Amino acid sequence: MKILVPIKRVIDAYVTVRVKADQTGVETANVKMSMNPFCEIAVEEAVRLKEAGKAGEVVVVSAGPELCKETLRNALAMGADRAIHVLSDDELQPLAIAKLLKAVVDKEEPQIVMLGKQAIDGDHNQTGQMLGGLLGWAQATFASKIDVEADSATVTREIDGGLETLKIKLPAIITADLRLNEPRFTSLPNIMKAKQKPCDTFTPDDLGVSIEQRYKTLKVSDPPARKPGVKVGSVEELVDKLRNEAKVI
Amino acid sequence: MSILVIAEHDNATLNASTLPTVAAAKTLGGDIHVLVAGSGAAAVAEQASKLDGVAKVLHTDDAAYEHALAENMAALVAKVGADYSHILAPATFFGKNFMPRAAALLDKQPLSDVTAIEAEDTFVRPTYAGNAFKTVQLGDTPKMMTIRTTAFDPVATEGGSAAIENTESAGETGLTGFVGRELSKSERPDLATASVVVSGGRALGSGENFEKLIEPLADKLGAAIGASRAAVDAGYVPNDYQVGQTGKIVAPNLYIAIGISGAIQHLAGMKDSKVIVAINKDEDAPIFQVADYGLVADLFDALPELDKALG
Repeated sequence: MKILVPIKRVIDAYVTVRVKADQTGVETANVKMSMNPFCEIAVEEAVRLKEAGKAGEVVVVSAGPELCKETLRNALAMGADRAIHVLSDDELQPLAIAKLLKAVVDKEEPQIVMLGKQAIDGDHNQTGQMLGGLLGWAQATFASKIDVEADSATVTREIDGGLETLKIKLPAIITADLRLNEPRFTSLPNIMKAKQKPCDTFTPDDLGVSIEQRYKTLKVSDPPARKPGVKVGSVEELVDKLRNEAKVI
Repeated sequence: MSILVIAEHDNATLNASTLPTVAAAKTLGGDIHVLVAGSGAAAVAEQASKLDGVAKVLHTDDAAYEHALAENMAALVAKVGADYSHILAPATFFGKNFMPRAAALLDKQPLSDVTAIEAEDTFVRPTYAGNAFKTVQLGDTPKMMTIRTTAFDPVATEGGSAAIENTESAGETGLTGFVGRELSKSERPDLATASVVVSGGRALGSGENFEKLIEPLADKLGAAIGASRAAVDAGYVPNDYQVGQTGKIVAPNLYIAIGISGAIQHLAGMKDSKVIVAINKDEDAPIFQVADYGLVADLFDALPELDKALG
């Protein structure tokens, strides 16, 4: 069984993101970039399935500029076997990414596409579901537990109010939530080994996919500011303020 | 212009998330139709027909929709919605699950978590955990999107008298089988819509302390209970308590953060609350930057005192 894991390079989760003064985007110069944390969880899960003998090959794919190769190499160091880079310097919106991934799926014919549930930059939470729609495959989003059998998978999902369990037919799309696993740290020998692993590069044209943009970003602005708060000295003062100033209790 | 709103429900009751979604549709102007897809959900269609501003309810009754499986919902939304100018669903786990899939079936780019509607084709949505708001102009029609429910005031549940029309099912795709659900049982208000939320973090130290310290306070204030990711990961409370960028987005009148340091991912889920209180013993904790009232104190001293002070 082959597992394809699409991954995204994003601004690191611990960086404080700042909007550019001209409102065209956010500052990316000299900012630390990392693999999207949900993508890391997806890679980890795929590698664990391989280690458990349930998957044969783990292929990672990323779409974007040349530097995505770094992110792909991280995934190879985590234990993926092979990488595919869809090279593009254009803005890729989720529908375009889903179409690029569909083209890769058509070539690679995996049984499972394992993705992160959302990227922490765009916060769209769309790509997995869209790929499921384009392929006509079953989908299980927000997965916190996965049991893979020969032609199906049982997936527990995090939903409003608790957990839901689905049995999906393979091939299928699964998107990873936070509590699916804890991704491993990569060791130096594995980072060295990753450099020897193959990475193929294609352009959207090679894949015959149009990456037409469907929306235009008019501006990017700071969130509405909150008025500065006060520190209170005691519980009594807090209760008094809540009762008589804020009038919320 | 006509707008299709996809109702969230459990086959018996319309979920409160539908109300702000209809409110968002109203800001667009035009006829609003509500799609109720369910199994034996006639009572829900009835409730939807009474919502203020709704012109028509489309009711699809089929076992395929009993559990709102994404594959079946997306097929129906793509079929019923193709000729509308806009299709809206709440940005809850329900809406986020099928809306992008439905959009892909129609070759449209959807928008997630819309917080403001500036024009019929211009929308605002948060990115980077709410640290950058994007204003985008969407070319596709129908314009498909999920609505952040805390960003729009809910419509009234009475006053409307929309006609209910039966709509044909798009059928069972047969891709996915429903196995079961484990829902947290609670007598407390729903976290997403509660007017007061008491949230605990890792500093609580255990699930027992959550029960002993957070629950009585929540009971006294008639509050829902939330938690930081750290508290959920540590197993103090179930996953559906998580407030944050990828958990629940809440905006109550009063949000009390106890022993929560305030990572940006947590702030993304609660900083639109009207009044924020933070109790933390670390005076440099980032939570104090968004708190209206901050108390630097050990929660194990402050909470019993607070309990007493509230009477």
